[in-house]
Amino acid sequence: MGAISFAASGTKGDFTLDIGFDVPADRVSVLFGPSGCGKTTVLRCIAGLEKLNGHVIVAGRAWQDDASSVFLPPHQRHAGYVFQEASLFQHLCVADNLEYGRKRRRPAHDNGLSVAEMAAMLDIAHLLDRKPGYLSGGERQRVAIGRALLSSPQLLLLDEPFTGLDRRIKKEIIERFLDIRKRLGIPALYVSHDMAEVAALADEMILMADGRKVSQGSPAEIFERVELQPATGRFEAGSLVVARVLAHDERYGLSRLELAGQAMFLPGVDAAVGEEVRLRIRARDVSLALTRPGDISIRNILVGQITEIVGEPDTAFAETVVDLGDVRIRARITRMAVDELRLAAGSKVHALIKSVSFDRRV
Amino acid sequence: MPDLTSDATGAAIWLTLQLALVTMVCLLLVGTPIAWWLARSKSRFRDAAAAVVALPLILPPTVLGFYLLIVLGPSGPGGWIAGFAGARTLAFTFEGLVIGSVVYSLPFVVQPIRNAFEAFGERPLEVASTLGASPWNAFFTVALPLARPGFVTAAILGFAHTIGEFGVVLMIGGNIPGETRVLSVAIYDLVENGNWAAAHWLSVGLVVFSFLVIVAMFMVGRNKDEA
Repeated sequence: MGAISFAASGTKGDFTLDIGFDVPADRVSVLFGPSGCGKTTVLRCIAGLEKLNGHVIVAGRAWQDDASSVFLPPHQRHAGYVFQEASLFQHLCVADNLEYGRKRRRPAHDNGLSVAEMAAMLDIAHLLDRKPGYLSGGERQRVAIGRALLSSPQLLLLDEPFTGLDRRIKKEIIERFLDIRKRLGIPALYVSHDMAEVAALADEMILMADGRKVSQGSPAEIFERVELQPATGRFEAGSLVVARVLAHDERYGLSRLELAGQAMFLPGVDAAVGEEVRLRIRARDVSLALTRPGDISIRNILVGQITEIVGEPDTAFAETVVDLGDVRIRARITRMAVDELRLAAGSKVHALIKSVSFDRRV
Repeated sequence: MPDLTSDATGAAIWLTLQLALVTMVCLLLVGTPIAWWLARSKSRFRDAAAAVVALPLILPPTVLGFYLLIVLGPSGPGGWIAGFAGARTLAFTFEGLVIGSVVYSLPFVVQPIRNAFEAFGERPLEVASTLGASPWNAFFTVALPLARPGFVTAAILGFAHTIGEFGVVLMIGGNIPGETRVLSVAIYDLVENGNWAAAHWLSVGLVVFSFLVIVAMFMVGRNKDEA
């Protein structure tokens, strides 16, 4: 079915938004950018909670189209919206919160899910008769996601719904959410400024800054590009790569993976042998050496060639891109090291990777 | 205490309760849309409108009563409306008292409801709309239930404040037994006539009643915190 096409321009207070993008209909697309860059306003425009000039086309239907003066009010759009704060109805118990969306489905695209099924999938069945005031943050967000999904939306909008949750809980909820979304086959647009969330969620990524779209593409493409760094952020900057699980070593609790034909060792990756997983390698966790160091505790030493070095005159650092074969990773090293090792584009190097986070099965 | 059990006193108590009840219902019906508009509107007339609603708080009841008398009287719109029912005026009638009481107690009803509407903000209504609820549907299924404590407070205040009304009633209702002679006026009469014992009984009754009302309101407030 048709993709989602969006454009909006206009001014809200002293903030100006001017953005347009198309995203595929069967994916999780992430709007990524620093706080205050207008991500939330984009979601609100799509849901119809905010009105700027432009258009919103979802599954071939115009929710807003200035050219033909169409502007559907939010309740006729059926976009499931999960807000940053769970925003459950305080006067209703969990079951009635879930029921609120289910009762108002439109028959045309009823996903057929019952409250009980949704509660089971999100593991909230034991909470059904509780009031929202007696739930933990993670439980509340699970109910909010369930409530939105039960309204049989044609598009799911999520505004940093997992912010402030414990990392382990966050990971679990994200996995459950991805499973259900895949099953229902509805597109999702997710707002985030957290690199780890992008790594775990995104199929497609739209990079935003100051109310504009800076770039769009797969997360791996976006994060690889050094010139986008001001928008992607320095501290968490890094690469997303896909590796394949080769074996699990029970004795050491390590998994052996293959990345661009080279071997890596990661602590217990939760995936079966042969499966592909997405890994996130932060640029600041990668060091470079001209020769393969011996007598070193680091297990992951990959051979590659520098393709790009960008020094940052205002800091001590330089961003480098290392080609490992058919994948590229980034390393953040000092400018002093660049000069002393005489690194330049084309230099053969060994990339020493201090830590890798495993984000999702592909 | 002969006067307390007399027909005249009984009629005054009964009339007062009727007036307070009818007024309370009218207040909730009139006050809710006003409170909603004051809570949600971005109009530049909002503060002016809020001030008009709050005026009865500080105006002397005689001033309010004086203008109500003109409006409800034979040459005002009240007299015109009364003409349809074959009467000459709304002043000095039960209906006139209800109208006067509604105006007089309006701020006591509008303010708590407005506060309750403002307290939960836009978010619950936005959530309801994205889940497919029309604005009216969201108002009845989300806004009203969430504002319930505000409505309970408003109802109690509106009812109690009408029972304690004196000045406005005297100006527009006079002192017609069984028609406009409410408790506060009856007590005034008893004192004027030197029947202090009966005045005491009725006054103590009102004190106890008012105390219970305020206790009830505190209890409502506490329940809200626990929910």
